[in-house]
Amino acid sequence: MNLDDDLLQAFVDGMLGESERASVEAALAHDADANRRVLRLVEQRRLLHERFDPVLLEPLPARLQMRRPRWIGFARAAGVLAVGVAIGLAAPRPWQAAPGTELVPSSLAAAALPARAARAHLVYAAEVRHPVEVDASQQEHLVGWLSKRLGTKLKVPVLSPEGFELLGGRLLPGPEGPVAQFMYQDGGGKRLTLYVSARARDEGQTAFRVSQEGAVSVFYWIDGNWGYALSGEIDRPALSRISTNVYRQLNP
Amino acid sequence: MDYDQVVPYIPNLRRYARALVGDRHAADDLVQDTLERAVTKFHLWRPGNLRAWLFSIMHNVFVNQLRARRISPSAEMDENFAGATTPGWIIDVRDLERGLAKLPAEQREVVLMVSLEDLSYEEVSRALGVPIGTVMSRLSRGREKLRRHMDGESARPNLKAVP
Repeated sequence: MNLDDDLLQAFVDGMLGESERASVEAALAHDADANRRVLRLVEQRRLLHERFDPVLLEPLPARLQMRRPRWIGFARAAGVLAVGVAIGLAAPRPWQAAPGTELVPSSLAAAALPARAARAHLVYAAEVRHPVEVDASQQEHLVGWLSKRLGTKLKVPVLSPEGFELLGGRLLPGPEGPVAQFMYQDGGGKRLTLYVSARARDEGQTAFRVSQEGAVSVFYWIDGNWGYALSGEIDRPALSRISTNVYRQLNP
Repeated sequence: MDYDQVVPYIPNLRRYARALVGDRHAADDLVQDTLERAVTKFHLWRPGNLRAWLFSIMHNVFVNQLRARRISPSAEMDENFAGATTPGWIIDVRDLERGLAKLPAEQREVVLMVSLEDLSYEEVSRALGVPIGTVMSRLSRGREKLRRHMDGESARPNLKAVP
């Protein structure tokens, strides 16, 4: 196998199919020079992430906070808005605070736990190639890393008895600091995410609650200083059962 | 447009923009212009890959800003990082940013979209409107140039080969 630069690059970028990837891996075992080239590529990716990932956690400046015009919030609450029809009308620079008005926190920051969890679920559960940042094969590293970033000892529930295997996890920005997201998948490709976030100041302790965010059902609870939310597009009885299981594993 | 759909991508757009233009304010200008354009063009978005669509908009805004010279193509990166006694890791960071700033913009875009934002070659190809082969060659040239810059700059003079 000719390990040329294009092939190695595609290998490092995760662009190869399963069988091609396996043959490159096999060929790399006998090619010290190609190995060095792969390591250099990996190292450069690592440096870029190390330098620029902190930007993800910086608070958004006011001018980048896309604020939903207030009337939409009312309209939604009243159930009168045909979603998507009229929103464009309110479009001009909606995220800029009018002079003198009190700045409404961004929807990213202000959204309640279940809404944030559901959004994160929608974004990453739909990812085909990069659903997670660190996959389950490096579970120890994953848990150690996220525990360190969140400043608490995280436990990852085992959901195999429910048919869901851990895919991995990622670090996300949240209003109270870093957030951990663990993703699970069942045999049919259905995904669940567990979102672990520091409790917001205005959130009290809660027992199990359920929230419907579009197609995504979210079970959530706040325990001590931490909020947990399990999201998935699966039926509620199943999600409720799995949530109970998660809760029990986290509180043995 | 549904703000909730776009909001989760803002941190990624910021990370990419910061690496692309270096300066924090110029980067947030780029993000802001991108979001504004996304709002007015949202009716053109066909449900599918919203992330790639946002990056294609940012590319267009970036190119326009380059043309209008609001961004210097090789803007010096933030110099506040290092003082006289610079620990080694800071030299690394500055080398990285200098190296990025020295890349031609078209290579920098591709290197960052792939290495930092994990876009697939096809997504990059669509975002930039160039063939996949072009994406791959810009990527490898850009990476090689960045690597050589960093190797060169972090080597101490007494370690350099004497001709």
